[in-house]
Amino acid sequence: MSEEMVLSVFRGDQTGGREEEFHVPLETGMVVLDALHYIQAEHAPDLAVRWNCKAAHCGSCSAEINGRPKLLCKTRLDQYVGQVVHVRPMHAFPLIKDLVTDVSSNYRAAKQIPAFSPRTPAPFTMYQRDVDRVQEFHQCIECFLCQDTCHVLRNHNARDRYFGPRMMAKIAEWEMHPMDTQDRREFLKDVAGLPMCNVTRCCVEVCPEHIVITDNAIIPLKERVADLYWDPIRAIFRRFQRSSTSSQPSSTITS
Amino acid sequence: MSENKPSASLSAVNLDTIETHEYDVVVVGAGGAGLRAAIAASEGTARVAVISKSLLGKAHTVMAEGGVAASLGNVDSDDSWDTHFYDTMKSGHFINQYRTAEIFAKEVPDRVLELETWGAVFDRTPAGKIMQRPFGAHSFRRLAHIGDRTGKELIRTLQYKVIHQNVDIFQEVTTTRLLTDEAGRIAGLFGYYREDGHFVVFRAKAIVLATGGFGKAYKVTSNSWESTGDGAALAFRIGAELMDIEMVQFHPTGMVWPPGVRGLLVTEGVRGEGGLLYNSKHERFMLRYDPVQQELSSRDVVARSIFKENQAERGTPHGGAWLDISHLPANVVKAKLPGMYEQFLSLADVDITREAFEVAPTTHYVMGGIRVDPETEATNVPGLYAAGEVACGLHGANRLGGNSLGDILVFGRRAGMAALAYAQSVDYPTLIPAQIEEEVRRVLAPFSRPDGERPYHMMSELQEIMTTYAGIVRSGESLAAGLEHLELLRLRAERMAVHGSRAYNPGWHTVFDVESLILLGEAVIRGALARKESRGAQWRTDYPEELPEMGKVNFVQTWADGHVVVREEPVEPMPEHLAKLFESDQAPGVVRQAARKANQGGGS
Ligand SMILES: Cc1cc2nc3c(=O)[nH]c(=O)nc-3n(C[C@H](O)[C@H](O)[C@H](O)COP(=O)(O)OP(=O)(O)OC[C@H]3O[C@@H](n4cnc5c(N)ncnc54)[C@H](O)[C@@H]3O)c2cc1C
Ligand code: SF4
Ligand code: SF4
Ligand code: FES
Repeated sequence: MSEEMVLSVFRGDQTGGREEEFHVPLETGMVVLDALHYIQAEHAPDLAVRWNCKAAHCGSCSAEINGRPKLLCKTRLDQYVGQVVHVRPMHAFPLIKDLVTDVSSNYRAAKQIPAFSPRTPAPFTMYQRDVDRVQEFHQCIECFLCQDTCHVLRNHNARDRYFGPRMMAKIAEWEMHPMDTQDRREFLKDVAGLPMCNVTRCCVEVCPEHIVITDNAIIPLKERVADLYWDPIRAIFRRFQRSSTSSQPSSTITS
Repeated sequence: MSENKPSASLSAVNLDTIETHEYDVVVVGAGGAGLRAAIAASEGTARVAVISKSLLGKAHTVMAEGGVAASLGNVDSDDSWDTHFYDTMKSGHFINQYRTAEIFAKEVPDRVLELETWGAVFDRTPAGKIMQRPFGAHSFRRLAHIGDRTGKELIRTLQYKVIHQNVDIFQEVTTTRLLTDEAGRIAGLFGYYREDGHFVVFRAKAIVLATGGFGKAYKVTSNSWESTGDGAALAFRIGAELMDIEMVQFHPTGMVWPPGVRGLLVTEGVRGEGGLLYNSKHERFMLRYDPVQQELSSRDVVARSIFKENQAERGTPHGGAWLDISHLPANVVKAKLPGMYEQFLSLADVDITREAFEVAPTTHYVMGGIRVDPETEATNVPGLYAAGEVACGLHGANRLGGNSLGDILVFGRRAGMAALAYAQSVDYPTLIPAQIEEEVRRVLAPFSRPDGERPYHMMSELQEIMTTYAGIVRSGESLAAGLEHLELLRLRAERMAVHGSRAYNPGWHTVFDVESLILLGEAVIRGALARKESRGAQWRTDYPEELPEMGKVNFVQTWADGHVVVREEPVEPMPEHLAKLFESDQAPGVVRQAARKANQGGGS
C-alpha cells in the first residue's frame, strides 16, 4: 500500500500560527501519531506533540482531528483516505506550541478536591458488585478530551469556575467509594462548579474509555448536592469553602 | 529569577539569572518509584520536589497491565513471603541480591494494602478481598490487579496522594546533569523546562533517581519514549556504579502486526487467564520447552522458545507465535482483559474473543541498573539514591512479571525515607558554578551546528545496532561487532544538530535521549561480553550453558576517564536460614500445601 496521505498540521504558538501541509506515505495500520512522527523525522524535527505510551493508556496525545477531539495514537489514518487530515491542538486549553497545550488547570483543580479518607486503613472488605461502579471511573486516562469538549470550558473559558467532567468523575470515584467518609457536596456546589454543567452529554461522546460521565457521575453527584440543600438540618452545618486558584508557572504544581 | 527569553545562543544566558530552587530532597521521576519516594520523603516538614520529563500521571508506570505481585494469600492461603522470595531468586537465576529480594517479599503486601487505603480499588474475590491472578513462574496466584490496567491504578493513586502532600511538582522538566560539590557529594541538578527551554538549577541535599529503564535502546519495545535510561547515565557519569546491566528482559508477547504497533505489550495476563501459545503447525510448543509450567514458564524461557520456533521455521507470517484465548467465553475475556480486547480491536482489527493473534518477543525491562544498598537504596555517591527500574538488585538475570510494580513501591518508599534521613543530617551543599557553565554550553551546542547529524536518525541507528548485535540472542562475535558500530555512532552523535528554537523542541529533547542510550548501550555490550555464559535473559550462542562459577558474580561497571570499566564482584551469599529454602526443588509454600493436603486427605 503506497497511498500518500496529506496532513495539515497546526504550527504556531500564543503569538499566532497556521496549518502546514505534509505528505506522508500510508502504511498498514498507521495511526495519526505515526504520521506525525514521520513528519518529525523527515520534515519538521521541532514539531511539538505530546505522547508517551502510543497504546491509548496514558492520555498524553489528545488533539483535534478534523475538528473532533481524539487520541492521536488511537486514531487510524486509513479512515481518512481521500481527505486532508487536519490536526490541531485542543481548543479549550491555552496553546504552548503546535499541538501541545497547557493542561495545568486540571492539576490545580485536582489538588483542591478533598482526598479520599477511609473509615479505617485497608484491608477493606468490599465486594465486586460494590466496587463495579467506582471502577468505571478508575478507567480514566486523564486525556482531558472531555474537558476539551465541554462547552462550559471550551466556549466560556470557565476553567476556574467549573472543574469539568474529568474532575466530576474523579470526585464521584471518591464520593462513591464504599469506605469513604468525606462529604464533598458543598465543595461540589461552591468550588467545583457542578451546577454549571447542564448535562449536554458531549463529554461522554468523546471519552476514549467510554466512561458514562454524566449518567454515572455527574447526575448522581447533582442528586447528592440537591439532597443536601433540601435537608434543613444538614444546611445548618454548611460552611464556607475556600476558593483558591493561584497563578503558577504552568508546568509546576506547588504545595 | 529566570531568563526572560530562552534563546538558543550561549551569550544570551547569564548564569546569575538561571532559575534556582532549593530542596532537601529532589526526586527525579514521577513513575511509581518516584511518587512513592516523594510521599515517604515528605512525611515530615522537609522540602521535597519531584521532577519529570512528562506530565504527572503519564510516566511509563501507567502502562503496566497484569498486576502487582504480593503474597497476600487471598486466593491461595499457602502463599507467604518465603515462597515469593523463593520464586524471585529462582527466576533471577541467583544473581539477585538476596537481601533486596528478602526485604521486597516481606514488605510488598503492606505496600499494596497501603494503596488500598489511599483509594486504589483492586478487583475483588468473592469474599470481598483483593483478587489475585496467576502469572508466569509464580508458585501461587499472587498478582493484585484491576483488569489489565494495574499500572494506571497504581500511578493514579500515588499521583492523587502526592498532590495532597507537601511536595512541589515540576512537570516536563528534563534533568541533563547531576551536580556535585567539592567533596564529590550530591549538590543538585541541572535541567530545562521542555515548554520553553529555559534552564533550571535545583540545589539539593539528597537526590532520588527514579527515572525508569532504557527499553528504547531497542527497535521493538514495549516501552514509552521516556525509557531512555537517563538516570542510569546521569549517575554513571558522576561516578555511580552500574551492575548486571547486560540483563535486558525481552517479554515473550509483544504485538507484531500491523507495523505501527510492533512491540506493544500483550500482557502476560492473557496467558495467566488461560491463553495458549501455538506455532504455525498448531502445536502447543511450550509443552516441549517447559512441560511443567508450560505457557506460564518464566519470560526468558518463553521468549527464547518463540525465537527457536521461528528459527526452525515454525513461526507465524510475521515472525512470531499464535496466542489464543478465544476458547474462553467472550464476556470473560472482555471483563478480565478489557484493555487487550480494545487494543487489538482498534489497532489491529482483531477480535481476540474470536480468533488467535500473533505475538513475538519485545524489549520490556532492564534488570540491571544503578548499584544500590538493599536497605537504603543509597548509591556509592553520597546523597544519591536510586529506586525502581533504574536501580539493580532485586531481579537478577530475569524479572518475574508483577515484581516491578512491587519493587517500585517497596524501594521507592525506602529510598525516600533514607534520602530524607540523609538530608536532615547534612547542610546545604555548595554548587560549583563551573559545572553549571559547562552544562549550559553542552546542552546548547547542538543549536550551533547547522548541519550535523539528525537526532531522530541517530536514535534509529542506535536501536538497529542494539537489536542486531546485543538483542535476545548474542555471541562474542556479534557483541564485538556491535561495540565497533556503536563507537562509530558515538563519534557521529557528537555532531548532532538541532533546528528551531528551545521552545518545546522534540529534536532537541532527543539529543539527550540519544546520549544516554549510547552510553548505556556500550555498558550493555561490555557486560554481555564479560558474562561468558547464558543465564536468564542473557543468551549467548557461543556459551549456551549456565555456568556455576558465573552464578557467583555480578558485573559492576564504572566510568573512569571517559571509559567503561567492568569488574567482577562476588554475589552476596545467602545466610543459612534462607539458603535452606532452596534445598527442596519445590517452593516452601508448595511443600506446605502438599503436606496440608496429605494431612487433610489422611484425616477424611
Ligand atoms: C507495557 C508494560 C506493561 C508492564 N506491566 C507490568 C506489570 O503488569 N507488572 C509489573 O510489575 N511491571 C510491569 N511493567 C514494568 C513496570 O511498569 C515498570 O518497570 C515500572 O513501572 C517502572 O517504574 P519506575 O517508577 O521505575 O519508572 P517509570 O514509570 O518509567 O518512570 C520514570 C520517570 O522518570 C522520569 N524521567 C526519566 N528521565 C528523566 C530526566 N532526564 N529528567 C526528568 N525526569 C526523567 C520520567 O518522566 C518518568 O516520570 C510493565 C511495563 C510495560 C512497558
Ligand atoms: S454534560 Fe456537563 S460536563 Fe459534560 S459536556 Fe455537557 S456541560 Fe460539560
Ligand atoms: S473521563 Fe474520559 S475523556 Fe475525560 S479525561 Fe478521563 S478518559 Fe479522558
Ligand atoms: S500516547 Fe498515550 S494515549 Fe496516546
